[in-house]
Parts: sequence; structure tokens; C-alpha cells
Amino acid sequence: MKKVKILGLVGLLLVLLSAKSFKYEVGDAVADFKLKNVDGKMVALSDYKSGKGVIVIFDCNTCPYSKAYNDRIISLNKKYAAKGFPVITINANDPQISPGDSFEAMASQAKRKNYDFPYLIDESQNVAKSFGATNTPHVFVLQKSDDKFEVAYIGTIDNNSRDASAATKKYVEEAVDALLAGKSIGTTNTKAIGCTIKWRNS
Amino acid sequence: MDLYKVDDTSCSKKTDILMHSKMRVWGKLIMAVTVFFFVEKALMAQSATVIRFDELQKILQTKSDQIQVLNFWALWCAPCIKELPLLEKLNTENRFNAKITLINLDYADKVEKVNEFIARKNIKSEVLLLDEIDYNSWIDKVDRGWSGAIPATLVFNPKTGKRKFVEKELKEGEIEKLIASLN
Repeated sequence: MKKVKILGLVGLLLVLLSAKSFKYEVGDAVADFKLKNVDGKMVALSDYKSGKGVIVIFDCNTCPYSKAYNDRIISLNKKYAAKGFPVITINANDPQISPGDSFEAMASQAKRKNYDFPYLIDESQNVAKSFGATNTPHVFVLQKSDDKFEVAYIGTIDNNSRDASAATKKYVEEAVDALLAGKSIGTTNTKAIGCTIKWRNS
Repeated sequence: MDLYKVDDTSCSKKTDILMHSKMRVWGKLIMAVTVFFFVEKALMAQSATVIRFDELQKILQTKSDQIQVLNFWALWCAPCIKELPLLEKLNTENRFNAKITLINLDYADKVEKVNEFIARKNIKSEVLLLDEIDYNSWIDKVDRGWSGAIPATLVFNPKTGKRKFVEKELKEGEIEKLIASLN
């Protein structure tokens, strides 16, 4: 009996250790998540099974890069939701460290900017951790294959945070366009330039 | 400040006037000193040089004898601003004969704001504003492990090629440890 307990503990420890270092790479299947939206309703990735995929963006209110990309994120949803790739934004910043990223502040941002896509709060920060999101905005383009969502692109939105019209590489658009056309994606990984996610002090 | 205090109950009108004229003189003196202080500070203060990546590449490939400390920061990044005094202290104390370069990542059209900040904080370390918006074209050349967030600090010894890269806010004494670890 004791042995079983010890084995169980060792097993649990291994699971915890591996969970800590694990993050999604391109090609990985994504586990379902369920988070609270700014309207108070719960939204799950599995709610999106009728589409072709989802553009998951870890974002926030306060980061200058998030502000610079805000209109581009809104445009991404306008352009791709109807084509089967809607946007889901997730804020994982600890409001203790970044008060401007509280649930209330998120709700008013979504209202002010007329978000027609979810803006979810990742209070436990577990979803951000499991994705391996580090910065804001940090994009994960997910493609639906059978009943699963697989990571197809990880990184930044385009190559000019300052000026959308001057961007010469629109990584996310190119990735989703490729998926829609059934082609392979040219660039599947870029670095998501931005602010670090404000992790809770542990 | 007690100098300016006028005690109505014990002062005659004459001393009151005397005190007021004294106050005026002192006020002018203080103002003159303040103005001088600010003008001097402004004259002494350096400004940021706007560079492209090739200039940064030169620093990364320098053959200098000095340990190089490159700190990547921006005005909008609160933890960057918080750690700047540590780098400034390292620069003025010069205990390690290290060359500190502050690489600013604000947009190039914000250079005036950066210069105002440099003057206000009287920053003595060299400040370069890296005008290179397509980060993914150069970021790996600084360090492959860099996610793209700041603050980030690269410490390297050009002679031995040893290098350390940290992508987080530096704590007191941490750069010294990083420098020591290069030996």
C-alpha cells in the first residue's frame, strides 16, 4: 500500500514537472480551455468546433505594443471570422501588478473598442502558461483538424508595430491565408515582440 | 526655511519689511542657483544617437578589452526605468572597467522624449536609439534565446567570447555577478 502511495507521489511529481516545462510548439494539439469573457459568460475553445480554426491572441490593455496592435487585432477578426478563423483574445496579466489590466478595465476596453470577439481573463494564468505565451500581443493560430485544434503559427502579428501600413510581412494573415488555401505556411514561428506577461509573484 | 518665517507678534513693521527684502534677495539667489543648475545639467547632458542594426553589430563584434554591458530598454517599460540606476551606478563606479551601453528601443520618432529623459535623469552612460522596427530580422543576432521582451541585458567579454544574456529586471548586485561569471 505504501509503495503504491510513493509511486503515486513520484508520478504526480513527474506530471507536475513536465507540465511546468511544457509549452505548445507548431504541430501540437491544444487542450481545451474555458475562461470568463468580459460579458461574464464562459467561453471554451471547444465552442469553436464548427469553424476552421481560431486566432488566439494573448493580449492586454496596458502594453504599448498591445495598444499599437489593437486596431489590427480588431481587423483580423473582421477579416477572418467569416472565413472560419475568428479571434479570441486572452489577458493573463496579474491585476495586482498591472491594475490597468483588471477584469473591469478589460470590460471597458472591449466596450470602448466594440470588440466583436471574446476578451477572456486567464486569472490563474494557467492557459497562458500551457501555451507558452510570454509576451503581449502573442499570437497562436490554431487549425482545426478532425476534433482537435493544432498549433499552426506562433509569434507576432506583422513586422512593423509602429505603422501597420508599413508592415511588409503580415505573418498572421499569411498563415491564415495559407491555411484557407490548403497550402503550407511560409513562416510558422516568429518572436512576439512586446511586453512580458505580468506573472503573479509566487 | 526658518529664514522666511515672520513672527507678527514679536516683529515691528520695520523688521517685517527688512525680512521681506531679505526674502526677495534669497528668493532671487535660489532661483539663480536653480536656473544655473538646470542649464548646466542640460548642457552637460548627452543625447541619444539614433543607430541602425549595423552599428549594434559593430558593438557585438568589438575587439575591445572592456567587458561590454548592453542594456535594452524603453521609456514605456517600467521595470527598465527601475533598473537604470543600477547600470548608471556601474558606469560611474567603473569597478570592472566595463563599457555600459544603453540601447533604447523606443520608436525613432520619440527621440526627443528620450533625450528629455536623459537630461532629466542626467544619464551618463552612452545611449543609442536602435531604429530597427523589424525585430525578427535582428533579435536572434543579439541572442537566440531572446523572446523579444525588455528589460534585457547582454554582458560579454570580447576577449574570451564568454557571454550572459538575461531577459528580466536586474536586481541590486546582479550585473556585478554576471560580469564576474565571465572570468
